[in-house]
Amino acid sequence: MGASASTTTREATPPAPARWRPVFGSWLTAYKRTWRGSLFGRFLSPLMFLLSIGLGLGSLVDKSAGGVVGVPYLQYVVPGILAAQAMWVAMGESSYPVMGAIRWNMKYLAMLATPVGINDVLLGHLVYVAMQITGATAIFIGVAALFGSFSSWWVVLALPITVLTGMAFAVPVFAFSAKQETDGGFNILFRFIMTPLFLFSGIFFPVDQLPALLRPVAWVTPLWHGVEANRSLALGSPDFAAVAGHTAYLLVVIAVGGWLARRAFTKRLVV
Amino acid sequence: MTPVASSYPAPPSPTRGLTSRIARVLPMPAGAGMARILVERNIMSYRHGWIAILTGFFEPVFYLFSLGIGLGGLIRVVTTDGGQSVPYAYFVAPALLATSAMNGAVFDSTFNVFFKLKFAKLYDSVLATPLGPRDVAVGEIAWSLIRGALYAAAFLVVAWLAGTVPSWWALLALPAATLIGFAFSAVGMFATTFMRSWVDFDYVNLAIQPMFLFSATFFPLALYPESVQWIVQCTPLYHGVALERGLMLGEVGPGLLVHVAYLAVLGLLGLVGAARRLEKLLLS
Repeated sequence: MGASASTTTREATPPAPARWRPVFGSWLTAYKRTWRGSLFGRFLSPLMFLLSIGLGLGSLVDKSAGGVVGVPYLQYVVPGILAAQAMWVAMGESSYPVMGAIRWNMKYLAMLATPVGINDVLLGHLVYVAMQITGATAIFIGVAALFGSFSSWWVVLALPITVLTGMAFAVPVFAFSAKQETDGGFNILFRFIMTPLFLFSGIFFPVDQLPALLRPVAWVTPLWHGVEANRSLALGSPDFAAVAGHTAYLLVVIAVGGWLARRAFTKRLVV
Repeated sequence: MTPVASSYPAPPSPTRGLTSRIARVLPMPAGAGMARILVERNIMSYRHGWIAILTGFFEPVFYLFSLGIGLGGLIRVVTTDGGQSVPYAYFVAPALLATSAMNGAVFDSTFNVFFKLKFAKLYDSVLATPLGPRDVAVGEIAWSLIRGALYAAAFLVVAWLAGTVPSWWALLALPAATLIGFAFSAVGMFATTFMRSWVDFDYVNLAIQPMFLFSATFFPLALYPESVQWIVQCTPLYHGVALERGLMLGEVGPGLLVHVAYLAVLGLLGLVGAARRLEKLLLS
């Protein structure tokens, strides 16, 4: 892949460090044909969660317990759902599409037949996933703000942290998806890992309410770190040391995931 | 996959049971009364996919513990639409049973059936045998109901062990869950016959998610604004949830029959529609 001579002879080939861009471009082109459907779902589904969980269920919680940790339930739950949505988008984008690009439509193989290398294939696709998460998160923050779900402008910082939360799932799942022979594994991933994380990571109720044995499990998962960081920002009195700690944890997960994903991709796609 | 070699049943005599007599009254396409062969085929093909069945059981259980223990700690008592004050876990468990019956039925009758219809071309081969379109519709829906009943039974046992089921009427919650599954499975299959590609499945989520969130599942109907209550009461999941809640909390009255009738009619309409559409798609 180190053939730098080719860049001088063929104008169309971008220089080696920028070769992830056409990979990103190809995913973007595909998205341009279906974005309407996804936008609808991404706008409507957070709106419905806000109304149902934030306002409906929230009214029960506020009446019965006077809110959670001293704030109305809406303000408690929304930063958590924000992080969870990033996880779900990340999962959707990095499970079937990655396996499909290896096994079904062989998109990756087509890319590798060009001067694009394995790192570019991985990076280009990851940048596209990050773009998806960013878009979904930005829409959610906008919609939630209209309902008064945030009490501070610090919530703007929740955008990058939520994207990191999503990527802390997307990158390791890239490694997982690249190893799958059939889509049966995704069933397990979604239902045995994602659903419990969604339900027990301190999104809907404080982790302290879990049995003592389960609490450390919540602390290990990237979702809990994203939720905690988001919540302290959205509630307006962020403990910056804690936010930095959560961010660092997410970055470590992404780095380890990246190493695994690169290994899995190389094993699967490079002969 | 080996074909069922042992014993094909003889074609039915004209004096068969009640079901086929009803079927003949309905504007229903032909079948040979051999829907169970398709069920048998599905059971065989699932021998290696049991893990998928297992995962379907755990999802509602996770929800029960998260909402029951976690949110139950925050919301001590809820006043149901029937006027009882119950712990939140009691309130939400029937809704989770109804929802999981809906989800299971819908995913089975949409994604799975679409795959078999368009990609595996399973029904083309099925119709090359004595089986007819009615057998396909009845067989697939029956298979989905068997799975649904297994999930519902397992969930009920867990909910009962967790102490969230106060009434013995809850025994009827199992047939009720099967009825919910029947209604959604029939309508889902009918809808699937109109699907053009996987992209169309966004519409399935578009129908399922609002029902999941707004069918008096997580909070009572009384909390909705008056005008919205009316809309909520039109949705099938609302009737499923209300039926299960009535049975599991022991708020039993003739009103429950309305829910039963709603779901039964919806299911029958879906079944007839699905069989006719399949006939059109596959035999003309």
